[in-house]
Amino acid sequence: MSVAIQNYRNRIHPKKFALWIACASMGMLFAAFSSAYVVRHAAGNWLEFRLPDIFWYSTGIIILSSITLQASYHFFTKENTFLYRSLLLITFLLGLGFLVSQYQGWQAMKAIGVELTTNPSGSFVYVISAMHAAHLLGGLGALLVAVIHALMLPHRVTPARKLRFELTYNFWHFLGILWIYLILFFTNQ
Amino acid sequence: MASVAIKPGTITDPDDLIIEELGYDDHFHEHHHGDKYQSGFIGKYIFSMDHKIIAKQFLITGMFWAVIGALMSLVFRLQLGFPEENMAWLKPVLGQWITVADGVGRLDPQFYYALVTMHGTILVFFVLTAGLSGTFSNLLIPLQLGARDMASPMLNMLSYWFFFLSGLIMFFSLFLSTGPFSGGWTAYPPLSALPQASTGSGAGMTMWTMSLVFFVVSVLLGGINYITTVLNLRTKGMSLWRMPLTIWAFFVTAILGLLSFPVLVSAFLLMICDRELGTSFYLSEIFIGGEALDYVGGSPILYQHLFWFLGHPEVYIIILPAMGLVSEVLAVHARKPIFGYKAMVYSILAIGFLSFIVWAHHMFMSGVNPFISNFFVLFTLIIAVPSAVKVFNWITTLYGGNIRFTAACLFGIGFVSLFISGGLTGIFLGNSAIDIQMHDTYFVVAHFHIVMGVAAFFGMFAGIYNWFPKMYGRFMNETLGKIHFWGTMIGAYAIFWPMHYLGMAGVPRRYYRFDTFDSFSHFADMNMFITIAAILTFGVQVIFIINFFHSIWRGKKVTTKNPWKANTLEWTTPINAGHGNWPGKIPSVHRWSYDYGKDGKEYIPQHIPIQEGESEEH
Repeated sequence: MSVAIQNYRNRIHPKKFALWIACASMGMLFAAFSSAYVVRHAAGNWLEFRLPDIFWYSTGIIILSSITLQASYHFFTKENTFLYRSLLLITFLLGLGFLVSQYQGWQAMKAIGVELTTNPSGSFVYVISAMHAAHLLGGLGALLVAVIHALMLPHRVTPARKLRFELTYNFWHFLGILWIYLILFFTNQ
Repeated sequence: MASVAIKPGTITDPDDLIIEELGYDDHFHEHHHGDKYQSGFIGKYIFSMDHKIIAKQFLITGMFWAVIGALMSLVFRLQLGFPEENMAWLKPVLGQWITVADGVGRLDPQFYYALVTMHGTILVFFVLTAGLSGTFSNLLIPLQLGARDMASPMLNMLSYWFFFLSGLIMFFSLFLSTGPFSGGWTAYPPLSALPQASTGSGAGMTMWTMSLVFFVVSVLLGGINYITTVLNLRTKGMSLWRMPLTIWAFFVTAILGLLSFPVLVSAFLLMICDRELGTSFYLSEIFIGGEALDYVGGSPILYQHLFWFLGHPEVYIIILPAMGLVSEVLAVHARKPIFGYKAMVYSILAIGFLSFIVWAHHMFMSGVNPFISNFFVLFTLIIAVPSAVKVFNWITTLYGGNIRFTAACLFGIGFVSLFISGGLTGIFLGNSAIDIQMHDTYFVVAHFHIVMGVAAFFGMFAGIYNWFPKMYGRFMNETLGKIHFWGTMIGAYAIFWPMHYLGMAGVPRRYYRFDTFDSFSHFADMNMFITIAAILTFGVQVIFIINFFHSIWRGKKVTTKNPWKANTLEWTTPINAGHGNWPGKIPSVHRWSYDYGKDGKEYIPQHIPIQEGESEEH
């Protein structure tokens, strides 16, 4: 019962536009965290520590997942069912892998003595990366729906399914870019 | 009420003929036969996805909260005005919060703070954000832009239900044995971050935070919809520069909400971590009862920065929709084009932009570097410029107009008066040097209640009286409306004007009683006067509520589609418009919405094409 798709004069689909606005709003959440981090950092009593390397593996995984997702979309439009399905499934598994890798990153921080309550410098990394992971769970939900559709429905390239796929990969790329921003922020602050 | 597609050859209404001839055919009714999804009571009135019903849900829920919030203020005003009086008669309602000793009932001081906190939270968020912006953005964005509904009716419905859930949690917190949160609506740490700080800081604060997180979800879902609808679903010919000022105001309001509310969420998340997980974002070394807590190195000022980064745009989230409604109502009832339309739009945009760079004017007394304060003083005073542009334009719109003094128009004029009075005291408080003296006194209470509390209410009342015929197909009673206006206008000034003097004399806000301070004892009569004025003003609001609900079922019926002879598109829909708003095509737009008194005609609605020899210039 979407009213939005009724209006064919739109250059950009309203739902895609709405997603971008939602991403801007999520961006503000992380901008606020970043500014709180900078302000608190400047106030002193700040424990310096080296971010565990495992977070860089996470970064590699999430970049790879964006590439496989984009490739899956490419093969979806080219009607190559096998590659479309398998790349989508790989993307989903990479998403799960990212979360596992983040969890290991937290464990590694704990191992070097930076626990959640040790010092705000560590607390910020835990809280901000956990918030990113919470948003990523939403992205995984969208990917799961996409995987189920891919496996259950016959492969047909309709405007509605293309749009759904585009919304999914837009959000997933956003989450990837957000993480790249965060890790660069953590390592350069 | 159900919308039925127009059959060819059956149109008699001249407006409908124009719409059928020139309108935009989106084939809506071919896809939506019989409105299956909202044919039952639950689908139509409870879990409705129709923006008009959702608007009414926001309005009536907002009214419910307004009554609760106002009653709370009466209780604490009774305490301030009559500190020696026996309050035992309130025991059946307030229970353990009235302690009776020697036959004399006293309001529990802790509960006094809970009442003040809840009054602020409820009025700011539930009434003047959800009740005002939620109601009128939902009602007017699709109707005035020529859209069938919001971009995502589903998200729109969720927006209301998240608001409802948020309200439910807050409502339940009122009944906690330890009381609702009592640390002020701004929830500054450490009172908010330490569960043991006061009785309300425990479960009360947990529920307060939960409630507000759901509230933010509601605002964001609504805002995403409003912005997308404004930018993507305008009808043919509705360029941005032809949009009514109401839409401009709702649009900028939604952008402010989307950019500022996530910051509040970040502040809350860090606070939740401090409360529940033992982090030290906001808490530094603290002793309670001689015992040192584990917190090290946090900064409560960090919370204030994050909070006011939302908090200041929030006051514009409240006032901008009211400004938009008043602009429209004044133009319609003065029968004149709005003066300086483009200046009005640029002012809205300027206010929206500036609202993000003035937050620290709430923090002049928090130890902020005075040189940094200067920066915030400067931008705060600059906001007076677009605000003044708007005020002059409203007055110039009224000047020489053929004004119909309806209740809606009176409330619009009242808004301008209040906005000037409250705005002028804002110039005092925006100067850090004066704020150091005035900070945390009743001068501040007077300032913000007039400029964004009562003024926003006046905008809301103007909107309700003006669009009630569109919402319910009936009029509200005009005589009662005028009694409501004069009672509220006089009452509001009677309550808040004297508070300026209290503040200038240094009377601090948030105090439970003043009779132990010799320097303030001579203000006892003034406090009594304020309390009596508050009770009477509340009584006048009861008239409004009776008028509102009585008129829904018994009001005078609307017999023409456009009872106010206005230009905007909502008045081209059927009196009781069904889902999809227009029974046939969507009207296309050929002119701006303020062609009043042009070329000898009293008004020319937006869907009327430019006539031969007529210039589109205005």
